[in-house]
Amino acid sequence: MSALPSGGSYLLPFILLAPLLAMFIIVFLPKEETKTIKIVAALGTFTSMVLSLYAFFAYNQAAGGMQFTLTIPWVPDLGVNLAFGVDGISLPMLLLTNLIGFSSIYASWNMEKRAKEFFALLLILITGVMGTFIARDLFIFFLFYEIVVIPIYIMVIIWGSTKRVSKEYAGMKLTIYLLIGSAFLLVGMVALYLAAAKQGHPTFMFDQLAARQNLYSAPFQKVAFGLMLFGFGSLISMFPFHSWSPDGYAGAPTAVSMIHAGVLKKIGGYGLIRLGIYVLPIGAKYWAPVIAVLAIANVLYAAFIALAQKDLKYVIGYSSVSHMGYVLIAIAALNPTAVGGAVAMMFAHGVMSALFFSMIGFIYEKTHTRNIPDLGGLAHQMPRLATGFIIAGMASLGLPSTINFISEFTIFMGTIKALPVQAILGIAGIIFTAVYTLRVIANVMFGPRRSEWDHLKDIKGAELVPLVVLGFVIFATGIFPNILFGLVNTGVTSSGLAKVLETVSQAKMGGLF
Amino acid sequence: MNLGNLSVGLSTYLLVGAMLFCLGLYGVFAKRNIIAILMSLELMLNAVNINFVAFNRFLWNQKIDIHYILTGNVAALFVIVVAAAEIAVGLALVITIYRNRHSTNVDEFDWLKW
Amino acid sequence: MFKEMHDLFRWAWLIPALPFLSFLLIAFVTKRSKGLSSTVSILAILTALGLAVAIGLGIIQSGAEIVEHPVIVSANWLNIGGLKINFGTIVDPLSAMMLFVVTLVASMVQIYSLGYMHGDKGWSRYYAYQSLFASSMLGMVIATNLLQLFIFWELVGLCSYLLIGFWYFKVSAREAAKKAFITTRVGDFGLLLGILFLYNKFGTLDFTALSAALSTSLQNVAVVGTAGYVTVMAFLIFMGPMGKSGQFPLHVWLPDAMEGPTPVSALIHAATMVVAGVYLVAKMYFLFQASPAALQFVAGIGAFTALFAATIAIAQDDIKRILAYSTLSQLGYMIFALGVGSYSGSMFHLMTHAFFKALMFLGAGSVIHAMHEKQNIWDMGGLWKKMPITGWTFFIGVLAISGIPPFAGFWSKDELLANALQNGHPIVYAVGLFTAFLTAFYMSRLFFVAFMGPEKPENHPHESPWTMTIPLIVLATFSTIGGLAALPSHNFAFFIHFGEFEPEGMNWGLAGISVIAGLLGMGLAYYIYIKKAISSESIVARFPVPYKILKNKYYIDELYLWIIHNIMDGLAKVLYFFDIYIIDGIINGIALLTRGSAKGLRRMSTGQLQTYAMVFFFAVVVIFMVFAFGEGQFSSLNPLAMLGGVK
Repeated sequence: MSALPSGGSYLLPFILLAPLLAMFIIVFLPKEETKTIKIVAALGTFTSMVLSLYAFFAYNQAAGGMQFTLTIPWVPDLGVNLAFGVDGISLPMLLLTNLIGFSSIYASWNMEKRAKEFFALLLILITGVMGTFIARDLFIFFLFYEIVVIPIYIMVIIWGSTKRVSKEYAGMKLTIYLLIGSAFLLVGMVALYLAAAKQGHPTFMFDQLAARQNLYSAPFQKVAFGLMLFGFGSLISMFPFHSWSPDGYAGAPTAVSMIHAGVLKKIGGYGLIRLGIYVLPIGAKYWAPVIAVLAIANVLYAAFIALAQKDLKYVIGYSSVSHMGYVLIAIAALNPTAVGGAVAMMFAHGVMSALFFSMIGFIYEKTHTRNIPDLGGLAHQMPRLATGFIIAGMASLGLPSTINFISEFTIFMGTIKALPVQAILGIAGIIFTAVYTLRVIANVMFGPRRSEWDHLKDIKGAELVPLVVLGFVIFATGIFPNILFGLVNTGVTSSGLAKVLETVSQAKMGGLF
Repeated sequence: MNLGNLSVGLSTYLLVGAMLFCLGLYGVFAKRNIIAILMSLELMLNAVNINFVAFNRFLWNQKIDIHYILTGNVAALFVIVVAAAEIAVGLALVITIYRNRHSTNVDEFDWLKW
Repeated sequence: MFKEMHDLFRWAWLIPALPFLSFLLIAFVTKRSKGLSSTVSILAILTALGLAVAIGLGIIQSGAEIVEHPVIVSANWLNIGGLKINFGTIVDPLSAMMLFVVTLVASMVQIYSLGYMHGDKGWSRYYAYQSLFASSMLGMVIATNLLQLFIFWELVGLCSYLLIGFWYFKVSAREAAKKAFITTRVGDFGLLLGILFLYNKFGTLDFTALSAALSTSLQNVAVVGTAGYVTVMAFLIFMGPMGKSGQFPLHVWLPDAMEGPTPVSALIHAATMVVAGVYLVAKMYFLFQASPAALQFVAGIGAFTALFAATIAIAQDDIKRILAYSTLSQLGYMIFALGVGSYSGSMFHLMTHAFFKALMFLGAGSVIHAMHEKQNIWDMGGLWKKMPITGWTFFIGVLAISGIPPFAGFWSKDELLANALQNGHPIVYAVGLFTAFLTAFYMSRLFFVAFMGPEKPENHPHESPWTMTIPLIVLATFSTIGGLAALPSHNFAFFIHFGEFEPEGMNWGLAGISVIAGLLGMGLAYYIYIKKAISSESIVARFPVPYKILKNKYYIDELYLWIIHNIMDGLAKVLYFFDIYIIDGIINGIALLTRGSAKGLRRMSTGQLQTYAMVFFFAVVVIFMVFAFGEGQFSSLNPLAMLGGVK
């Protein structure tokens, strides 16, 4: 890597490095200066957020495809490139990461225990997640994904909370699941790499891998997609590999829950689209019926379990498993509308769950309990918190005017053609989602005033940032969906995905069922 | 005078090397004193050195490939240097262990176990 | 002429936009100032009312032209992968009528609330919700496509949820709000499915385009199975109205919704939101008409609900609950009217019902206000003298709902009953007629007991302030003259009709029969509750079981609760058990297995250096042997071969 290419855009590396820079500054700050540390962390993520907002609006939708690209050969012998770039699928994810990253700093504004280490790790985590979304190279994608695992483990163990399961168990479960997933992914990745290298010029670049589809035989695609499905499936908490999710979220500190439920989980869905459908369409077609059935299990099974929960974080944990079912069924439907909906749903669910977790974080911080029967009538003492909670709840149950509704609607629209039975079962999930969400809102926020909570102060100042930022995004994109969908649409249509999906849907082949 | 007829062949050197190696191996397996084990290790390394030098002498066609003629010898030199370093570190470790444990018996050094 | 009107109609989007603006203003700017909040909200809705009146007058002037060519303005809203949805406004006589009704009742209710909600802590919040509701409801009314309608449909549901639970500290209000949302959600599930199937079949959600596509598809005989498909879609779509408009068996939420403030009940749960379902069926009438089975179903459900709710209303004691069941019953009328093909009649009844039911709810609110939150009619009595304006206006409401000429209810109820008989639905007609009798009976019962009965000395009722009485007077006026819209050459039906317009005269014979039914009901109530000719206690004593069943609303709530608590929550518990003991059990089992085997295997590391060295050495020997002498897949890796020297 002697001479850098002159043509590339340095926007994405800047977005990626801003939090890392903040992290380095924090490392050199004295640990007593918690205020400064928080401000530096906030500045770092703020820079990233503004830059990614710029990227979001500067992206040329007419041209489509990968933009702001930068390619630096890294290990030329292996064909590894430090390649960055975003398209209509990854750019919303990048923006989502930054929105949630920025909010998560403020959601942990009252963190005093080992604040220096906490924020340094949080920034590494954000950087890692961002890296996976802007990577155009499978190797880099995998590298960043592995970077993510380390801070999460440490953060859950040190700053987590022990409820039904101990935080050590939760952290261990989370990490091991992620690692097992990544192990399968690694095997799939290497297999893909070797298969693609038959032609000479070994490569890890997504577009190159996708362009060499003729090299992958159908049996190979089925096996490779199966490996990917296991890896990404456990990441997106696909039934029955979901059980890390509620435990992990319950054990993790607020910021980690926000980032994990908000964006990290989406790497699974993103990977299934980017790597699964793009590169291995025949494999995707083969596995689609399985995914669809498991997705329905996700939606209904997790929604029912959420009904039986007493701990706030478990409710939202299971609800996020349930919502990921929609993403999975959209991927299984294999048509452009549904895949567009899946991307939008990942964005929508990210914003919603981050808001939910930040609000729950504040409740826990103030009341020191997350047990629903112990709470009640909090709207009396904390109306602003209640507003945020209700907004998150309404987004969760897919109320129109929130982005979640449009995403769900698009998914249903796409799936009902391809998988009518599964789609109907999935849509039935909206009833149960409403039941558990409204129960939680009613039991936590409404009801008679409880004197034991009279001393609580409503959220104010910096604590309002997550509510304002995420709430604004929920409604802004919900009322003007073309802000988001214009981009997603570009990602799905102009990047060739639509064409891939079309060929896949026309290919006649026997599935599992 | 034909050197090939008179002198010992490659197999002789290899035989010596193998015997030396086996002696060293026996020492490593059977000795209890850690100093003795280190010495046996040296034996094994030197057995390898003999092989290196012997192969260098017999296998390369010197007339054709002048550049690579010293490869085996250089390797042997490397081994000697590494062995020196290794024995320095090893002895340092042994001394530290002796100071703590007052023993050079490897049977007592089992604190790596499970 | 039409051109100028056309320009006016293009501004219809302002009508929902103004209350929305007021919502934003209250939420973000004026929420600390009570006076400012209510002023902003009322100004916005009054301006919207002005616009709605202007549009209404414009419609009347435009005449036949607007009936044939509604003014549609739309812009792209959502565009993704082959799914294009527009947002826009449609101005035709139907939407103009709804705009007028909604803005009128909403503004009356907001003015009324100045008095009713006086001193409430959540004043600004209340007006913010009211504005949001008005905005959503008006947005729904002028929707150009099904998705837009669905979006606002859900938003009015949200406002209903927020307003029922307005006094969130009351457990009953909290539960009622939740129940309302969830019950309507069940209906919305079907509606959403219907929308998806429609889009899947016809590739559009636009009402006009959908109607055209449907008729082409029906004409095309080659498309096999369209009729069955249409029936399924109509059933699914109808699930939405069943939830929203409280049709059996999804009616359970509406009576509970009375936990909200009374003006809210008047606006949302009597006059506007609950008729959204009826409005949706009317909007989608082209679909229902294509399926006789669906229409039959609609008529059946409507007629059953009308009778069913009326019977429950007889045995209720809470003033608001009587009105709530009466609303259910009247909604049943509107629905069955659509089912029997009386499109104009249904819409007409929708309008008149909005006037007189809002009037009665506001009257009830005035009574409750005066009685200091007592709602049982047997605790009241003699209010007639103490509250003359409330009493008179309420009496007009009772006359209107009982179908006594010349009040509004007479005209609309008569029209739809007559249509039911003329279109060949004698059973529906009989049920409707009997329900009219019951309606007159229970309404008169309410009126006679609460207003005419003996005065209770412990009560000190007083007439409400002018902010509350003026809306009553306005609505009473409309309840009196509203029906005249039908009179001169059937203007209402000329503007709002489906298919070809056929002017029809009044069938005075049928009208006479329904008036007699109404009078009979009132007379019976008079004999029981004023004359005490028949003691009500003795009736209860003679029929204890039917009375108990009616009093407990046929135990439907209990049934649902049982299902929810035992089946749904039970299943949830079973699945949770499955999750933490079976799935997690397997996971933990794998972990345990790993740990267990590690426990055994670690014994192999003895810590003895020489053992390690021995193992190491022999392993090398074995590997070397395999490579050197083994055949097969390792031969290419044969180290001896690699060395090259030894052949």
